[in-house]
Amino acid sequence: MNYGPLLFLGILFTLASSWVGLVLMPNRQLGTLTPHVNATTSAIYPAARAGEAQQGAETYRSLGCIYCHSQQVRPEGFGGDIARGWGKRRTVSRDYLFDKPVQLGTSRTGPDLTNFGERNGAVDWNLKHLYNPQITSPGSIMPAYPFLFEKRRIGKNGASTNALALIAPFAPEAGYEIVPKMEALQLVEYLRSLKTSVDLPEASIKKTEGDAAAPDASATNAPTGAPAPAPAK
Amino acid sequence: MSVPALKALFPGDVQDTAGRRAQLAEIDASCRWPVLYFFLSGLGWLLLGTLLALVTSMKLHLPDFLAESSWLTFGRVRPAHLNTVIYGFASQSAIGVCIWLMCRLCRVPLMAAGIILAANVFWNLGLTVGVVGILVGDSTAIEWLEMPAYATPILFFSYALIAVWAIITFRLRREKQLYVSQWYLLAALLWFPWLYSTAQIMLLIQPVRGVVQAAVNWWFAHNVLGLWFTPIGLAAIYYFIPKVIGRPIRSYYLSVLGFWSLALFYNWNGLHHLVGGPLPAWMITISVVASVMMLIPVIAVAINHHYTMWGHFHKLRYSPTLRFIVVGAMCYTLTSLQGVASALRSVSEVTHFTHHTIAHAHLGMYGFFTMVMFGSIYYIFPRITLREWPSQSLISAHFWACLLGLVLYVVPLSYAGVLQGLAMNTAEIPFLKVVAGTLPFLQLRTLAGLILAAGHVAFFANIVWMLCRVLGPYQQPVRMILTGTQQTAVAGK
Repeated sequence: MNYGPLLFLGILFTLASSWVGLVLMPNRQLGTLTPHVNATTSAIYPAARAGEAQQGAETYRSLGCIYCHSQQVRPEGFGGDIARGWGKRRTVSRDYLFDKPVQLGTSRTGPDLTNFGERNGAVDWNLKHLYNPQITSPGSIMPAYPFLFEKRRIGKNGASTNALALIAPFAPEAGYEIVPKMEALQLVEYLRSLKTSVDLPEASIKKTEGDAAAPDASATNAPTGAPAPAPAK
Repeated sequence: MSVPALKALFPGDVQDTAGRRAQLAEIDASCRWPVLYFFLSGLGWLLLGTLLALVTSMKLHLPDFLAESSWLTFGRVRPAHLNTVIYGFASQSAIGVCIWLMCRLCRVPLMAAGIILAANVFWNLGLTVGVVGILVGDSTAIEWLEMPAYATPILFFSYALIAVWAIITFRLRREKQLYVSQWYLLAALLWFPWLYSTAQIMLLIQPVRGVVQAAVNWWFAHNVLGLWFTPIGLAAIYYFIPKVIGRPIRSYYLSVLGFWSLALFYNWNGLHHLVGGPLPAWMITISVVASVMMLIPVIAVAINHHYTMWGHFHKLRYSPTLRFIVVGAMCYTLTSLQGVASALRSVSEVTHFTHHTIAHAHLGMYGFFTMVMFGSIYYIFPRITLREWPSQSLISAHFWACLLGLVLYVVPLSYAGVLQGLAMNTAEIPFLKVVAGTLPFLQLRTLAGLILAAGHVAFFANIVWMLCRVLGPYQQPVRMILTGTQQTAVAGK
């Protein structure tokens, strides 16, 4: 192999093969995928996220949540994803149409969040969990995010309505309160928007006794649970 | 200027031993500053990356540690660690080794050192911008590509300078024979810009739709390992084992087989990172198949290196270069076999999403690549600086700390990952209990990290000490090379 040009061509053609196979072909097959329209209800899935949740996705990206939390449900019988209640069906390409970036994740140091909004939509719980996971999940190794909250002196009009209801040892010293910043509320909105339990032709939800089909309302990413409190300031 | 005209600038080939030695000394001298800059800035990033690694590791079992700062939250320190060690240390030492090997194997002195120095400045600038970008929250959250889009063009520009320089050097080669190492170097130099530009364009500049991003992401991320670090690491192994033990590579045909089968199969491996994921089965299956096919290059290379070393293992005692390189070569075989196994669906079902993958990545990037780079630096440094390593004890401390740290890191964590995966697949076990089960192993990992850090400090101290010694008998070996009076002139012994 002392002939330079042959080496050069070999080097180029080998990589070209997978560049076509694993980059161009997936784009050709999946790049034109469109949302699914339910024939009876005309509900569209997936829908683009509403503004606040979309901004929360940016916080999720910026804080690197992906390094511990995946967003993908493996098929029934492959791993314990469905048995753990992380999803009612496997996730498919269509679920991620509007995600930028797509954050499938490769680590489950924390639980999968694909359908977190269906499991736990309570704003209060989520804010406390972000402020200090030990409040809600003792023994968790998730970091606290105190910088998403503002610690401020309670004014003469009394505590703010949006202050976290904390008890010792997590409560601040007397005369102070913990109020979520905008980023914290947006992040919670994003987490609450994580829902994929919609029947799709390529991935249907397995019906169990007494279990009605998933309501298509979840397809709209409409928030559930209590309304969000106002941000700090 | 045409190629023949450029070639005419150099003196004709020399055949006698003394002349060849003089030529080597001339080439080494010409490489001095460019290679030194890449090595030293790489080592600087290694120290920073080690510190970030320790912080990352500690945060996993002490979640309150440095939690007040958004800059130092786990999800930012972890990618900052990855990018500093991958693009700061590993890539820069790879480029340093690449430049030096290219000059030596082409038997051409390093020309246009200014280009290389400029590339070094831009590389470090781009990287600094990128890592700070990650820490302030501009990470892209695309694994192995976290540096924000305002930093990466600087890196790409720097890379383009190096690749153009390398290809011109290759074209001007005085040595007609192409050695195995050159195949790998040339391939890595051509593959990397293709990978990097594709990933940048399709993920950051004009993002593709939905999960196509994941396909491009893992096509890139796995190929950075397989088509950038692996070829340069193998090029160094192919060069240094025969060089140190004074015996040619065992089989030319195995080298050819190893090279072309790696080129054919490695680049199809990436999507095995998405087993069970939301992509069509054919994409993942084809990557699983290609991963299994990797057995061919890996076994071919392992047999070739093993039989080259056969009967010469006692030399490991005397040469730090050989020690690091041989450990690196063994780790290459081990990590590749582990990789083949974990690409299989039945294994991936358990080990995917666990710390097993982290252990595997460190066996590859640290056990294989970093050890090979350390070995190469032990050989190259004395030759380009014309100074001997000042302390043998520090070399020993470095080697044993690396080896012990590596074993303590990889073995328990690989095992922990399997336990974690099995527990996670058993839905009855509460998630927090799964987490609790990994804690002792995560603590052990911090200990392993501290040992590795101690090794790096020993290495760094030795280098600083070496660079501080300017005068004295350390000029002596040069004359010996030139006159050919001594067989082993400056050896990193």
